[in-house]
Amino acid sequence: MPAGFSAADFYYILPELLLTGGALLVLMLSVLTPKQDGLLLVAALATVGATLAVVVSFAGLDVTASRGLLAIDGFAAFFKVVVLLSAALTLLMSSPYLKTEGIQAGEYYFLILCAALGMMFMSSGLDLITLFIGLETMAVSFYILAGFLKPNPRSNEAAVKYFLLGAFSLGVLLYGMSLLYGATGTTHLSGIAAALGGASPSLVVILGVVLVGAGMGFKIAAVPFHMWAPDVYEGAPTPVTAYLSVGSKAASFAMLIRIFIEGLPAVGAEWTMLFYALAVVTMTVGNIAALTQSNLKRMLAYSSIAHAGYLLMGVVVGTERGVAAMLVYLGVYVFMQLGAFAVITMMRRSDIIGEELKDLNGLSKRSPIVAFAMLFFMLSLGGIPPTAGFMGKVWLFGATIDAGFIWLAVIAVANSAVSLYYYLRVVVFMWINEEEGVGSPLTIGPAMSVALGVALFGTVVFGVYPQFLFEHAEAAARSLDGIASITLR
Amino acid sequence: MDLIWLIPLLPGLGAAVNGLLGIRYFSKPVAAGIACAAMGGSLLLSLFAFAQLLGAEHREHIVTIANWIPPIPLETVSGVGQFEVPWAFRLDPLSGMMILIVTGIGFLIHLYSSSYMDHEPRGGYVRFFTYLNLFCFFMLMLVLGSSFLVMFVGWEGVGLCSYLLIGFWYHKKSAADAGKKAFIVNRIGDFGFVLGVFLVFFTFGTLDFREVAEAAAHMPVEAGGFGVISLICLLLFVGATGKSAQIPLYVWLPDAMEGPTPVSALIHAATMVTAGVYMVARNAVLFEHAPNVMFIVAVVGAVTALVAATIGLVQTDIKKVLAYSTVSQLGYMFLATGVGAFSAAAFHLMTHAFFKALLFLGSGSVIHAMNDEQDMQKMGNMRRYMPVTFITMFVGSIAIAGIPPFSGFFSKDEILAYTFQENKVLWGLAVITAGMTAFYMFRLIFMTFFGEYRGPSWEKADDSHGDHGHDDNHGHAWHGPHESPRLMTTPLWVLAVGAIVAGFVGIPAAIGDFIGVGNAIHHFLEPSFTAGLAGHGDEHAGLHLSHAVEWALMAFSVLVAACGIGLAYVNYVRRPERAAQWKTNWAGAHRVLTNKYYVDELYDATAVKGTMASGRGLWTFDKGVVDGAVNGAGWLTRAAAWVSHVLDKYIVDGLVNLVGWIFAEGSYVFRRGQTGLIQNYAVATLFGVFVFVTVYVVARYVG
Repeated sequence: MPAGFSAADFYYILPELLLTGGALLVLMLSVLTPKQDGLLLVAALATVGATLAVVVSFAGLDVTASRGLLAIDGFAAFFKVVVLLSAALTLLMSSPYLKTEGIQAGEYYFLILCAALGMMFMSSGLDLITLFIGLETMAVSFYILAGFLKPNPRSNEAAVKYFLLGAFSLGVLLYGMSLLYGATGTTHLSGIAAALGGASPSLVVILGVVLVGAGMGFKIAAVPFHMWAPDVYEGAPTPVTAYLSVGSKAASFAMLIRIFIEGLPAVGAEWTMLFYALAVVTMTVGNIAALTQSNLKRMLAYSSIAHAGYLLMGVVVGTERGVAAMLVYLGVYVFMQLGAFAVITMMRRSDIIGEELKDLNGLSKRSPIVAFAMLFFMLSLGGIPPTAGFMGKVWLFGATIDAGFIWLAVIAVANSAVSLYYYLRVVVFMWINEEEGVGSPLTIGPAMSVALGVALFGTVVFGVYPQFLFEHAEAAARSLDGIASITLR
Repeated sequence: MDLIWLIPLLPGLGAAVNGLLGIRYFSKPVAAGIACAAMGGSLLLSLFAFAQLLGAEHREHIVTIANWIPPIPLETVSGVGQFEVPWAFRLDPLSGMMILIVTGIGFLIHLYSSSYMDHEPRGGYVRFFTYLNLFCFFMLMLVLGSSFLVMFVGWEGVGLCSYLLIGFWYHKKSAADAGKKAFIVNRIGDFGFVLGVFLVFFTFGTLDFREVAEAAAHMPVEAGGFGVISLICLLLFVGATGKSAQIPLYVWLPDAMEGPTPVSALIHAATMVTAGVYMVARNAVLFEHAPNVMFIVAVVGAVTALVAATIGLVQTDIKKVLAYSTVSQLGYMFLATGVGAFSAAAFHLMTHAFFKALLFLGSGSVIHAMNDEQDMQKMGNMRRYMPVTFITMFVGSIAIAGIPPFSGFFSKDEILAYTFQENKVLWGLAVITAGMTAFYMFRLIFMTFFGEYRGPSWEKADDSHGDHGHDDNHGHAWHGPHESPRLMTTPLWVLAVGAIVAGFVGIPAAIGDFIGVGNAIHHFLEPSFTAGLAGHGDEHAGLHLSHAVEWALMAFSVLVAACGIGLAYVNYVRRPERAAQWKTNWAGAHRVLTNKYYVDELYDATAVKGTMASGRGLWTFDKGVVDGAVNGAGWLTRAAAWVSHVLDKYIVDGLVNLVGWIFAEGSYVFRRGQTGLIQNYAVATLFGVFVFVTVYVVARYVG
């Protein structure tokens, strides 16, 4: 056993170990038993399921492991559940898609699991280096996944773009981290917090904060660091886009909160302003740009940029309630966003790409159930009661108003009103336009129907019974170190 | 009464069944049957609940079916409050009256539609009934909701259904545009409404109507200034102007006539557009505490009534006349609420629902008979072909013109009497409006049903045609105007009876004392406007006019209405050439009115163009600048490639081979990375970082 580590450390990273082992198992299975995609799916899902079970059983803990590098707390557990859930849904919706595209499933599933592994470290890391390694693990997996449609130039373009810009932004992020290290002499978040406490921050620290903020802004696709998102979302395979817009975004928000709320509360006044500006610009540009899109994936890319703007409001508020509200919104977002992408994934058939808005023509007639599900996802994304999206917005906007950021809330409400237009346009295409759509009829396999069912279930149930989500989000937010000391700014 | 939650639920279920299964599987009769049965059941339940309400000692009943939003701590003016909203419905006199209107008229219109929409293809037919049922679901939720938030669910829902139904014939560009217009204009109003609701919570710490009213009752009347209640009321009223089509947000309603006629009757005349009036009446206690806003409401109502009536004078599209008439009558209702006559407003809302639904359905019957012709200039002498429609529409017109003893007379005169008492100028406007109303309604009747037939000629078919309405006439040959089938005329008869007798529940004191009948509806509704607070009702119970004045007012308004009718008769029956003369003599005014005061053009030039420009600006930025930069960068890349190629070929080759190899490889890698776009994006990212750093540094060392 390596020096300084105890058996307990291995016990606490059991979920991560399970996931790693499972991922390797999937990779080996794909070599040993080629053409057994069903088996691979089961293996991958079993891995996620087992990991999820252990994560849930750890939910009550609040300890640090591996010499303080990892936190095993409610916050980490919440995000791990979100991440694993989105991984599972992605796997489910991928399996028919891969068949249509003719892709070997083994490496693909392996990469999905690896990305999830990175995300889990991002949500429990307490040290800049740990967090960074988690981020890289996730990012590298996504670079490959984005380009997985090898004969498709758009997919290749997406991968290259994402890789180069990702590398660029990681440079910015690392530079910021190194400045923080230089100013405080430690990479550990609680150490940084202790070193910065009290004294007025130096320029180096401010620069570090801004650069880390920009680097994280890239990951969550906040304007003006969002330029990669539409192109990558459009080019990547649809399930990967879904995973990217949910899993990656959630994990990046986890990292963002860890760094800024656990590590940098002392310079809160500085970064609140930064994120305030980012939130406003992000939601506004995202919504306005989405208005004129005719490609569904591109539209949802801009919509997801806008949602990042809403989520940033929780960070701006920064109190226990703000963070809890953000977690609620994220929890809801998982279901509605993945649901919407599941429908788009389904639209891809052997004879049609099915990503354009007009491909939805008359969907309510051809596939009423799918259209109905999509209706719910769109209403939820738009924040119309009684869907889960409405609950998320109520809670988030409420927290914002509560903390005194009235104008931010007003801007957000105005933005939601604008966003209704393009969400309802999808509904209009499905219901009103009755011309014959093109392509063969939609087929819903067992895997896809499970994915769709889970997403719809979450979107509906959390709309009428959000209590469950509220309680867990609050518990998760409470477990963050030092959050109680943050009062209204 | 504990089952009132079933009242909205039944049409909701109908919509769900038809929407999920019907569009694919059901035949027309099955779908229509389900929709009508849902409404019928809902109507029976409403009648039952209403009967129980009448018999109850305490006429208020609240049913909470589930918890909706769990308690969320949220800041209010008096510390942190609990934001908690249950799914609760409230039955009291006001909502009781509303559910009877919605389910009663809704049911009749469902019946009517099952015949009117018969020439739609099956899918569209089922879709229509799905929307119609869904509308009733939301509308009933709106009127039954016991808190602002539940009402808001209905409020947004009816807006959505209205949008869907206006754009029902989506392939017609005008219909799709009208739907969009209604949606967008209503969003503006809804923004005000939502802000108002926020402020209600912030001020009172609750969204429950009753609790808000009770809390407000203990606050001082903001007579002198403009306090928080005034602001709330003003914001709520902004929402009402959107939904109920008042100045300045009335522009969507005339365009909404692009929807099928039953929709115009149900949504854009009888129910949804009255939601704003209902909402104001529901918050009577709040508005009572904001006299300044009350005055604004009264003025907006009166001016809207007058302006819409003037536009109605010159319209030639039969449905447009009715649309402007609706805007005008809604203005009347707001005038009533503005002068504190809430029960008069609700009374007029009720009678208006009868006669305006009747007029719309009648016009639908005419349009149907004329093979979808809506221009009155191409009609004439229709009473010969469709006597039932003629008689019923005639009844409706007398009712709206305010001739006793038809229903419109009673409700309109109650409003006029209250207005006279409060403000003579507004009363003057209202009387002028009443005269115009009589004129344009009878202009409609005379142009449509009297005079020479001016429509297209038709081929005499072999078989006789006329009173037996063959609906399959449509689609192939048109055999001339004909009476509509029974399924359409029956609702007309029922509504006509309603338009005659509905006024008897509100007989004014002057007549009532004479024949020994009280003003039933006034006493019935009163508790809804006082939140059941004892002693509070005195303020607006009173019409302090002597009977002599009341009689004089009534006589005067009947005289004005009679003059309007007479003028229409002279101009359009006796000497039709005079109408043309007027048109030429007053060409300028006529043009302004025909163009509806150019308000649409004004909005288009300012708000619409402005918004579009900013949207397009962003798009152009994306298209022009970003793509331009991309293309430019692509060109640069190619140029660089060419240069490097030239270098490669003529210079590098001549130099050391190793250096050449490194250079070529480097350029290759370089080129692969330089797709142009990426560079562009990276620059944007860097620019963002630069801006933030600059802002912080500047803020630190300068600020």
